Amino acid sequence: MTDHDPSKPGKAGPDRRTILQTIGAAGIATATNWPTQSKADMTPTQTTVSPGFAVDAKLTINGRPYSATIDPRTTLLDFLREHVHLTGTKKGCDHGQCGACTVHVDGRRVNSCLTFAAALTGREVTTIEGLGEPGNLHPMQAAFVEHDGYQCGYCTSGQIMSAVALMKEPCGPSDADVRELMSGNICRCGAYQNIVAAIQQVRQGT
Amino acid sequence: MHQFQLRRADDVDAAIKAASAAQTAQQGADIRFLAGGTTLIDLMKLNVETPQQIIDINHLPLNKIEVSPDGVLKIGATVRNADLAHDERVARDYPVLSQALLSGASAQLRNMATTAGNLLQRTRCVYFRDEHMACNKRNPGSGCGAINGFNRTLAILGTSDQCIASNPSDMNVALMALDATIHIRGPKGERDVPIAEFFLLPGNTPNKETVMQPGELITHVTLPAPPKGSRSLYLKLRDRVSYEFALASAAVVMTVANGKIETAQFAMGGVGTRPWRNADAEKMLVGKAPDKEAFRAAAEAFLKDAKPQSQNGFKVELAKRCLVHTLDAAAKLA
Repeated sequence: MTDHDPSKPGKAGPDRRTILQTIGAAGIATATNWPTQSKADMTPTQTTVSPGFAVDAKLTINGRPYSATIDPRTTLLDFLREHVHLTGTKKGCDHGQCGACTVHVDGRRVNSCLTFAAALTGREVTTIEGLGEPGNLHPMQAAFVEHDGYQCGYCTSGQIMSAVALMKEPCGPSDADVRELMSGNICRCGAYQNIVAAIQQVRQGT
Repeated sequence: MHQFQLRRADDVDAAIKAASAAQTAQQGADIRFLAGGTTLIDLMKLNVETPQQIIDINHLPLNKIEVSPDGVLKIGATVRNADLAHDERVARDYPVLSQALLSGASAQLRNMATTAGNLLQRTRCVYFRDEHMACNKRNPGSGCGAINGFNRTLAILGTSDQCIASNPSDMNVALMALDATIHIRGPKGERDVPIAEFFLLPGNTPNKETVMQPGELITHVTLPAPPKGSRSLYLKLRDRVSYEFALASAAVVMTVANGKIETAQFAMGGVGTRPWRNADAEKMLVGKAPDKEAFRAAAEAFLKDAKPQSQNGFKVELAKRCLVHTLDAAAKLA
């Protein structure tokens, strides 16, 4: 066991993404449409949309209302990452095959890469950022940490969003039942055994 | 992805009116209805579907499952696959449908995909999905890369020298065995199409996959009450145990009384250019004892016209064994 609580990391400092975004923003300051960081106010980044095609997206994300005029081709995944800068949701295959982009819409898990953001008017979206945070992890997040339910971590947010949704779905008690209902989330590192252990721990309330 | 106009329809009439200007029917059309989006958006990203307009039909009142007094089950067009599979009436009276739905795709996709969308699901043939390849279905007259190409997963029944693409759906196989009726509304009114007449063989026009006409919208699907005392079962054989399309699958609805088969309805997936049913094979079983000899004879009849391609010859025997096993297991259900 480690000598610190993994759910309570050390002091918050600049992370890799913040540093890269800052460098990136400075480096391309003249590119006016680049979706630079706006984490402070969480205002969706505006992008250029061809006239006659623009649509309004009005949806709730993690309990907060968001409104933006966007290109209709914008998937929920791209809206989350490029407009709202909630980058916890990952883009893997972008075709609904890997599950890295899994989020909840009105409490049900969906592939955000196969969902148009503008078609979600009035709907409630929950992402990994809405589940818990350092120091206050969702039980499923804590279980993944405890069981090492990842290696590189890229699929992890999708795995956890799927696992949390699974808790409310009809699912038999066995590991095989969990594996079947988690088959839409691919882990190329192969952490499946630990992922199943984490989910079973939360399901069994142990 | 090509640019398109996104519009929302608030009632069925508005949706049909908006789509009535389409040049062709739903699949591949310039005006497309958007329900779950699991096939459409995927194919739009591949530039295989390139609609100029998309009509969002997720707000239409077509998301109910109802049972009429005469026992007919009415399934709305936008009922999600997961909701249909877990509906207690479906799980109790039509287990084959519930099992077929739950064997398809992933939990996320089943939460999104709809009844009507699944009926219109498009083939997984890799030549169809790659815009740079020859494909008569996507680009009529361009040829078929799959014939003598990578065709291991493709059809052995109902093919033509233009197209050998298999229908990928599990739900459609169960609906076929259950004698579903597809209810359609369009600019010219309403019509009901038995599922056996809904899907077209590829022939010389593989780009036309169903009898849908421009502007038409599937509003719901109905299932007759299951035969009294029937048992039903779905079996899917595939390269991995979950989240994979069928190499061969079978949906069986059967009644057995006094040691004799009274009714037998069955369909197969993964082997046909459309969900496949064979009346001759079914007739062979009626009045027979439910033993493996009878089932094997029915399977031989079912696959009699099978035409294997360069890589999928194994499917002929696989499909026969799949059908025999499913018939046998269904007959043994209490």
